[in-house]
Amino acid sequence: MNVMAGNWVAIGQLSDIPRLGSRRVIIGDLKLAIFRTSDDNIYALEDRCPHKNGPLSQGIIHDGCVTCPLHNWVIALDTGQAQGADEGKVQTFPMRVDAETLMLDVSALPSVTGA
Amino acid sequence: MSAAKRKLVVIGNGMAPGRMLEHVLEADPDRFDITIFNAEPRVNYNRLMLSPVLSGEKTYEDILTHDDDWYETHGITLHKSARVETIDRDAKTVTSANGITASYDDLVIATGSSPIIIPLPGHDLDGVLTYRDLDDVERMIEASNTKQHAVVIGGGLLGLEAAAGLKMQGLDVSVIHLAPTLMERQLDAAAGHLLEKAFVDRDIKVFTGANTKEITGADGVVTGVLLDDGTQLAADIVCMAVGIRPAVDLAKAVGLETERGIVVSDDMRTSDPTIFALGECVQHRGQCYGLVAPLYEMAKTIADNLLEGESLYEGSVTATKLKVTGVDLYSAGDFAEGENREEIVLRDAQAGIYKRLVLEEDRIVGAVLYGETSDGPWFFDMLKKRTDISEMRDTLIFGQSFQGGAPLDPMAAVAALPDDAEICGCNGVCKSTITGAITSKGLTDLDDVRAHTKASSSCGTCTGLVEQLMAITLGDSYDPNAVKPMCGCTDLSHDDVRRLIKAKALKTIPDVMQELEWKTSNGCAKCRPALNYYLVADWPDEYADDYQSRFINERAHANIQKDGTYSVVPRMWGGMTSSSELRAIADVVDKFDIPAVKVTGGQRIDLLGIEKDDLPAVWADLGDAGFVSGQAYAKGLRTVKTCVGTNWCRFGTQDSTGLGIRIEKFMWGSWTPAKVKMAVSGCPRNCAEATCKDVGIICTEAGFEIHFAGAAGLDIKGTEVLGQVTTEDEALEYVVALTQMYREQGHYLERIYKWAKRIGLDEIRRQIMDDHVARKRYFDAFVFSQKFAQVDPWAERVSGADKHEFNPMNVLQLEAAE
Repeated sequence: MNVMAGNWVAIGQLSDIPRLGSRRVIIGDLKLAIFRTSDDNIYALEDRCPHKNGPLSQGIIHDGCVTCPLHNWVIALDTGQAQGADEGKVQTFPMRVDAETLMLDVSALPSVTGA
Repeated sequence: MSAAKRKLVVIGNGMAPGRMLEHVLEADPDRFDITIFNAEPRVNYNRLMLSPVLSGEKTYEDILTHDDDWYETHGITLHKSARVETIDRDAKTVTSANGITASYDDLVIATGSSPIIIPLPGHDLDGVLTYRDLDDVERMIEASNTKQHAVVIGGGLLGLEAAAGLKMQGLDVSVIHLAPTLMERQLDAAAGHLLEKAFVDRDIKVFTGANTKEITGADGVVTGVLLDDGTQLAADIVCMAVGIRPAVDLAKAVGLETERGIVVSDDMRTSDPTIFALGECVQHRGQCYGLVAPLYEMAKTIADNLLEGESLYEGSVTATKLKVTGVDLYSAGDFAEGENREEIVLRDAQAGIYKRLVLEEDRIVGAVLYGETSDGPWFFDMLKKRTDISEMRDTLIFGQSFQGGAPLDPMAAVAALPDDAEICGCNGVCKSTITGAITSKGLTDLDDVRAHTKASSSCGTCTGLVEQLMAITLGDSYDPNAVKPMCGCTDLSHDDVRRLIKAKALKTIPDVMQELEWKTSNGCAKCRPALNYYLVADWPDEYADDYQSRFINERAHANIQKDGTYSVVPRMWGGMTSSSELRAIADVVDKFDIPAVKVTGGQRIDLLGIEKDDLPAVWADLGDAGFVSGQAYAKGLRTVKTCVGTNWCRFGTQDSTGLGIRIEKFMWGSWTPAKVKMAVSGCPRNCAEATCKDVGIICTEAGFEIHFAGAAGLDIKGTEVLGQVTTEDEALEYVVALTQMYREQGHYLERIYKWAKRIGLDEIRRQIMDDHVARKRYFDAFVFSQKFAQVDPWAERVSGADKHEFNPMNVLQLEAAE
C-alpha cells in the first residue's frame, strides 16, 4: 500500500533495504536507487552513473558514498556529486522515513500513483 | 536554447582539433553549435600512441581520447566517414562527399597530412602500406599473423617506430634509408650510428645510403624490394614511411592561399579571415609541423581567437623523443656545424652514452642525447629561453645536477628546473602546474596526478620526471617503491593487515576497522572486499561473509555488463559437456530470450544480456539440468581447461581430462585473492595451453610437471616449473597446497604470478616441493575451508536466499496523461 501525503509517496519499509545496501524503485521509465547507510539514513538517486550510465544500485556503499560497479566512480549519496577527480552529478530525490515507512518526494516527477 | 549560438564547423578530427575543442568548451561551453566532419570512421584517438598499438603494448581502446559519449555530452555533431568535398565561402557552407551540408560562422580546417608515397614501380601492389592511422596499424597486425618478411622504407622517426613494432609482432624486418645515417633530420651522424647499432642488436636489418629501385611482385601481390645496388630483399609487406605532406587540396580548391601547407598568419587565420587552419596541414612562417607539441600550441591560439581573444602563435622549437621501448634518445634544435658554432661532446662507450650540445654565442642552439636523456628538458628549456651559459660552460655537458658542484643526483636536476619548464610535451604541462596540483589537491599517487593535470597521460615518456616532481614536492612521504597502504582508509599495507588479523584474532570487518584504527567509518570499495576475503580465508568456519562488502558480481553471482544486464556461465567440468546439457542451455536461451551465447576461452558457454530479475529463474532451469555456478564472476577458482588426453588423443600420455575434472571438483567454490585459472595438458604439445595459466599441469610419460605463475592478460608470461610428481594423487595434493599458500599470503586482487614474484619462486618451491610438513599443513587447511565453501550459490538463491537482491523494492505507476 502506498500512502499519499502531499507529494510524498510510500515506496517500502526501512527493513526492505539491508544496511549499506540498496534497492531499486521503478517509476515509468525512471529507475531510482534507494540507499541505506550504516546509520540508517536513506537516499534516493537516479540509478544511472554520470560516467557511462552504470547502475549505482549495484555498487558498494561506504561513508555516505556509493562506488559505481562499472568503472569505480564514487558518487556522494546526499548531493549526487561525483567525488575526487571525476566530474558529474546524479539527480537526487528527497526522502524521509515515517516510522519505518520510506517516503519519496515525487513532486519533481510526472503524476505518480502507488502500485 | 539560445538562438544566438555561433555555428562552428571543424573539418578533421585529429588530436589538434580535439585539443582546440577542449579549450573552447572549458572556456565557454555554450558559445558554439559545433559540427565536426571526420573522413575517418572513428572518434578522436591519440595518434602518438600508434607505435605501442602496433607493438601490442596497448589497444585501440587504450588510446581513445574522446569516445562517443564525449561528443554527445558536449552536444557536438560528429559526422564520421564524411570527407568534406567543398566549401562555399560566400554562402558559408561546407558539403561532404556523402551529401551532408552544414553552414558555419567560423570554420576550422584541420585536414592533417597524408603519407608520401614514392611512385616507385610496384608502389600500388597489394601489401604496400603506409604508417599513418589505425587502419594502417590494423593491416600491419593482420599481416603479422600470416606473413614473415617486412621491409620498411624510411629510417626516420615513424619508420623506425614501425620497424620496432613489426619486429615485436614477430616479423623479420629490414629498414631501407636513403641518407647515410638514421633520423638524420633529428640526429647527428654519431647518434645515428648508435641508433643503428641498437636496431641491429634487436635483429632488425638496416640498410643506410640505400635507394629503393623497385618493389617487386607477383600476381599483384608484393614479394620483395630491389635496391639500386642490386640487393634483393624478400618482403610480404612493405611499409612506406618516408614523410608526410600537408593535406591542402581542399583549401587550394576553394582558393585559399597555399604553398607547401595552408598559409596562416600569426593569429592562425588563412587568407579568408573567417577560416582558421590548424595542425599538420598548416604552414606558418614558412614552417610545417608534424610533432604534437606545436600543434597543441596552435590549438590554444585558435581557441582563444574563436572566443574573441587576440592570441598570436609565434612558431615552435621542437624536441623529439623516439618511442621505442629501450632506446633513449632526445634531440632538439639545430645541430648542423657552422661558423660561429662550437660544440661540446661527451662519450661513454662503455655505457653507450653520447651527448652533444651545439652552441652559438654562448647559447645552446641544438642538443642530441643518446643513452641518457634526463637532462633533455633542461637543455631544451635553456635553448628556448636563449639562456647565457658562459658561466657553466665547462661543466654544462654533465647536466643540471652537476652545476654548482652538487653531487650527481637526478632529483636535484628536476628540483632546479624553473617553474615554467615544460615537463609533458604532449599535453603542454609545465612544472608549476604539476607541483601546484600536488599541493593544492593533496595528490599522492601517479594516477591522481595524471587525472588532474594530464601530465604523463599521453605517450608516457615523462613519467619518470613526473614521479621525481612528486618526490620533491611530497618529500619523504612519497616513495614510489614504498609499501603502499591498502587504500586511503588506513596507513597499513596489505601484509600488515593480514598479519594483524591473525595476530589479534580479528574476526569481523568492524573489529578490524576498530582495532587497526581505520580512518573512515565503513571503509571503501577498495578495502572492504579485501578485508572480507582475508577474513573468509583466515577464519573459514567462524567468519560470517559480509554480503555488502562484496563486489556486485559476487553478490549477484553473475557478471555485470556495460548496460547493467548480467552474464551467466554454468560450470562444465574440465570443459566436457553432453547433448542433454546443451539442450538444456538451448531451452533456457529460448525461454528467456537471451540475446547472446558465446563460447569462452575457458571451455564453457557464456549466456549474455540477462536481466537481473530473471537470474534466479534462469538458474532454476539450469539447476534442474544439473548445472551449478561456474563462478565466472568470482575471485576464486574459475576453470580447469583440459585436452582429451589418453581418452582419445594418439599422443596423450595421461588422462588429462580426468585429472582436470578431479581438480575442479575438489577445488570449486574456494575463494582466492584474485581469479585462478588452471589447465591440464595431456602431453608436452600442450593443447590446453597450461603454460600461461595461474596453475598448469603438463602430463608426460614419467608423470606430471606442475607449472604456476603464468599470465595471459594485461601481462603475458610463461609459467615457472614448480616441480615433477609421479602420480595423480600427488599432482592434486601439490596443486592444492600451492593454492592454499597463495590464499594465505596473496594480497587481494594480486594474481599468482605477482604473488610469486613478491615471495620468490625458490621459497615457494621449498615449501611445496621439499617441506613435507608445510605442504601437508596447507593441504589440510584447504580441505577444511572447502567444507564451508562448496555450496552452490545458484541453488541457494533459487531456494530464496538474498531475494531482495533480484527484485525491485517497488514499481510505481504513472497516471495516464489526459
